[in-house]
Amino acid sequence: MIPSAFDYHAPTSLDEALTLLAQGGDDAKILAGGQSLIPVMRLRLAGPELLIDLGRIDGLRGIEDDGDAVRIGAMTPHHDIASSALLGEHAALLCAAARTVADPQVRHRGTFGGALVHADPAGDMPAPALVLGAEFVIAGAGGIRTVSATDFFEGLFTTAVGEDEILTHVRIPKHTGWGARYEKFTRVAQQWSIVAVAATVRAEGSAIAEARVGLTNMGSVPIRAESVEAALAGCALEEAAIARACASAAEGTDPPTDTNGDADYRRHLATVLATRAVLSAAGG
Amino acid sequence: MAALRTGQPDDPTVSTVGIRVNDEMSELTVDNRTSLLDALREHLGLTGAKKGCDHGQCGACTVLIDGRRANSCLQLAVMVDGQDVTTIEGLGAAEDLHPVQRAFLDRDAYQCGYCTPGQICSAVGAIAEAGAGWPSAVTPADSLGIEGTAGLDASEVRERMSGNLCRCAAYVNIVPAVLDAAREVSA
Repeated sequence: MIPSAFDYHAPTSLDEALTLLAQGGDDAKILAGGQSLIPVMRLRLAGPELLIDLGRIDGLRGIEDDGDAVRIGAMTPHHDIASSALLGEHAALLCAAARTVADPQVRHRGTFGGALVHADPAGDMPAPALVLGAEFVIAGAGGIRTVSATDFFEGLFTTAVGEDEILTHVRIPKHTGWGARYEKFTRVAQQWSIVAVAATVRAEGSAIAEARVGLTNMGSVPIRAESVEAALAGCALEEAAIARACASAAEGTDPPTDTNGDADYRRHLATVLATRAVLSAAGG
Repeated sequence: MAALRTGQPDDPTVSTVGIRVNDEMSELTVDNRTSLLDALREHLGLTGAKKGCDHGQCGACTVLIDGRRANSCLQLAVMVDGQDVTTIEGLGAAEDLHPVQRAFLDRDAYQCGYCTPGQICSAVGAIAEAGAGWPSAVTPADSLGIEGTAGLDASEVRERMSGNLCRCAAYVNIVPAVLDAAREVSA
């Protein structure tokens, strides 16, 4: 289907983009890589009258060392995250998850910030961002504000980014030397996650010192499996012990039921995938 | 070089764009809704890129934008103003085939041929990515990449070509064709 008609603007500065967004009001929509927005517009599930393309604003792209964090421009494509040596060293979980987003063609054009603001519950980047404690830098008419990962994801396709605001950067606190695994369960290669588990682990000797575990598509927002994280602290690097710690992975979740599986099936998947993800992240 | 003029005096939903396609600059006036795929096929007469699903799922419309592969159905023509687009028509000619085209012929890596232009453009991108050492989802997690095209094996090729569907299921010959071409390109 052909989308409904729209005006198109390609500002070259953030200020210009914010002004256009303020003028456009409810009828305006930000275009990042377009890999979700264009299909949605083609299905006429969205019909913005004005598209503001961020693709020509240079300052929104790139991955930089920022002291105790790595700073990622919102318009950085998934492929650049997947192959970043800097992120591989300090936030390997993001690289692992970015390698699984959709397919290579989509990863070249789809952006990190676009995927986060789209906030699809089955999307692969929100859970890793959540467990790594990402800080979201959001620009608006009133200036810049920073939102924590726990406050960023508000609901189904909804984030803390206001209608007159733009996500510009994400700061990922360094987790240097932490092992990582994004364990994604799908039936075919390009599919959205039926369930996925994001795990990153700091091991000390033969035990896990600290672990962060996040769940994709186990509710309307990404979820941190806090009881699993608590059980993993000090846990021996053995499959049986890790499996016991991961048994509560589905606790407090509200997974969807759809043609891929019902809620109970997803709860079962969460425990199995959490065990695999933690074991792999810990080097097992 | 960008020729982008958004909005026309009588119609704000139309723009003029400048796109370099197969090394030739083209200026087009298009409805903002026009996908890059439709601009190539309907405006420039380049019908090599195919419209399979028009939703970014099949990869039949794959082209290279500034050297990176992309689904041309998921790009608006206005988004690629000032960028370089390479389509199957720009890779080689009948008398001067690109190594990937040659490998697809030698390996009989197609049946009906509808997905083939997208498969070939995607393979060209995949081989370049491997040459640059970029990792895939099946590259070991503790490794930042692979050792150039020599690091490609059947499993890496299957993953790296996973954005291109072939409903005839010619995959069994596509994988060796891509491996052959990767060896030739890097030789």
